[in-house]
Amino acid sequence: MQEFIDFISFKDPNVVYVLLGMLFINSSTALIGTFAYLRKRSLIGDAIAHSLLPGICLGFLAAGEKSLPYLLAGAFVSGWLSTFAVDLIVSKTKVKQDAAIGIVLSTFFALGIVLLTYIQKSGTGKHAGLDHFLFGQAAAITRADIWVVGVIFLVILLMIILFYRAFIVVSFNHEFAQSVGLPEKLISFFMTSLTVLAIAAGIQALGVVLISALIITPAATARMWTHYLKKILVFAAIISVVSGIGGAYVSYANSGMPTGPWVVVFLAFFVFVSIVIAPGKGLISKYKRTIKNNRKILHENILKAIYQFHENQGNHEMNLAISIEDLLSVRNFDTAVMMKGLKLLIKEGFIKKVDNKYQLTEGGIFESQRVVKLHRLWEQYLLKRTQIDTDHVHSGAEAIEHIITPEIEKELERELGIDGIPKEDY
Amino acid sequence: MNDLFIILTASLVAINAAILGVFLVLRKMSLIGDAISHAVLPGIVVAYLFSGDRTSPLLLLAAAFTGVLTAVMIEWLSKKVKIQSDAAIGITYTLLFALGMIMISGWFKGNVDIDLDCVLYGDIALINLDKIIIDQNLYLGPRALYIELAAAIVVITITAIGFKGFKLLSFNRDYGISLGIKMGNWHFLMMAMVSLVTVVSFEVVGAVLVIGFLIIPAATAQLLTHKLGNMLALSIFFGVIAVVIGYYAAVWMNVSITGAMISVSGLLFFIVMLFVVIKSKQV
Repeated sequence: MQEFIDFISFKDPNVVYVLLGMLFINSSTALIGTFAYLRKRSLIGDAIAHSLLPGICLGFLAAGEKSLPYLLAGAFVSGWLSTFAVDLIVSKTKVKQDAAIGIVLSTFFALGIVLLTYIQKSGTGKHAGLDHFLFGQAAAITRADIWVVGVIFLVILLMIILFYRAFIVVSFNHEFAQSVGLPEKLISFFMTSLTVLAIAAGIQALGVVLISALIITPAATARMWTHYLKKILVFAAIISVVSGIGGAYVSYANSGMPTGPWVVVFLAFFVFVSIVIAPGKGLISKYKRTIKNNRKILHENILKAIYQFHENQGNHEMNLAISIEDLLSVRNFDTAVMMKGLKLLIKEGFIKKVDNKYQLTEGGIFESQRVVKLHRLWEQYLLKRTQIDTDHVHSGAEAIEHIITPEIEKELERELGIDGIPKEDY
Repeated sequence: MNDLFIILTASLVAINAAILGVFLVLRKMSLIGDAISHAVLPGIVVAYLFSGDRTSPLLLLAAAFTGVLTAVMIEWLSKKVKIQSDAAIGITYTLLFALGMIMISGWFKGNVDIDLDCVLYGDIALINLDKIIIDQNLYLGPRALYIELAAAIVVITITAIGFKGFKLLSFNRDYGISLGIKMGNWHFLMMAMVSLVTVVSFEVVGAVLVIGFLIIPAATAQLLTHKLGNMLALSIFFGVIAVVIGYYAAVWMNVSITGAMISVSGLLFFIVMLFVVIKSKQV
């Protein structure tokens, strides 16, 4: 508990640096990562991250010491070159994008390792800290670093606000972008450059492997909850920053625990929670929807079977109470499932039970007529307007009847010139 | 003599990876291979922890299990949850790699003898320290060489026996399904082999650079041929050539051996690509 109080009261100035760093780095990567995600280019981020290494080493060799502006400039150039190389391979050869990413990522990274070992063995002694770029060292964020990542964050935020429309069009529909005369290639290049910048800013804290998580996971999590781009952007940034703080806290409270990997664990936790509970796209929500649909289909099928029974008997009043055997003679239900369906229909007031037999209520009669009407309207439509064999129209209607809306119903009546419930006369 | 052992060991890594890489490249699953190679890290750490030995069979089992788990998780995320596949890959491998790193530098610090740098690019220069010597003086070479040899026998045997299955998997999966063949089993067998190769190569080339051995030679071969058999042969050829040139380049410049091998492999790819592009323009 003491650690927690120390942590939130910012007793340690390093905590402030780490938190500010996380705030800037995680928001930058989450924002620009959302566009990468929407363009299905998430893993290019992976290639970029690995490819920064040779640039960082060359920047170091050029500066002769660990000077952040030099390192970032080198990183930016080599990161950008890597995306160029991926595009070049894909456009000029039959090698597919996934392999191109793999090739570029490993070649650049290997070159970086070669340069890194060269620097280490040349023994100037000033290379200390270069290996932070490999695994990341969030605790090593300094005051000077905060300024750099802060400026990068502001640049990215500003660019997204200024070019929001253009970014949307290129992300969602780049062919449309071309057709309305937007410089699609230029905008795409610009977005890639911002991605490289965000990754370069975060690499010292997270390392080459894990930085991909900051690009991909927040956007994927936010996407589970909403499809409004603005909400996705804000939500992704919040999740990422919260994970950053979580990671920093775990590392602060347990000496020896690395920050970066814990940030990734927090991010993964949020994405998996979202996968389960998010409304609409989440698993629970999907499961509920499946159950609801199955129930609706069962109900409608039972009501339809009762209608058919009456029709076969020539009883247009539909007021007979019928037994389970009667129902089964019309349609081959699974008995246990049917009993459950009947119980629910009684509860909902469509059916009443009379001496172990079942009778439609007013509402039930209306509902059963509606379903049968939709079924037969669709059958008629298939018969008259399509080339489908008469053997197959029933099964087609069986599937579609449950999802025909009142609007489509009206449209079908008008199209076919039918009023009331059609006969099954084919 | 030590040079020769290093080159032989690395060549075996290259051969194993080159064979599997061809199928990964053809199936457009290069990045799943990348994900598996990163994701076996926690499996390796757990196995080290329990066995305290770098060569225990437990290691292979645990890591192969993590590898297949990775493949299953990616498939679940993309097929069932409907997260687009690139993000599914990214989410999965970063999580598993992060867990591996937390284990190494947090929970089991001091209990597990894994150097973080080794995770990235291996310790090929050190493999000669772990020797197999019988009768006190007969030196048979580094242990890693024999592990790679065993892996090579497994990979080559399974690929040869299952050649038709893997071919079907790579070129016409739907046809295979329509014949009633369980393509899923072939898929997971392949993923298990990728994990196996990654794990046995971990000490030699690390978990990150192994993707270079898997993908680059296979893609280089793909530039030059349409036939599966030729592609396999060329892939092995490019893999081994890169190992040999890379080794001497590294010794000459006194830099990371594995890094140099992959760099050479990448340069070879770009040279072949240039050659192919120029040639196609002339025709």
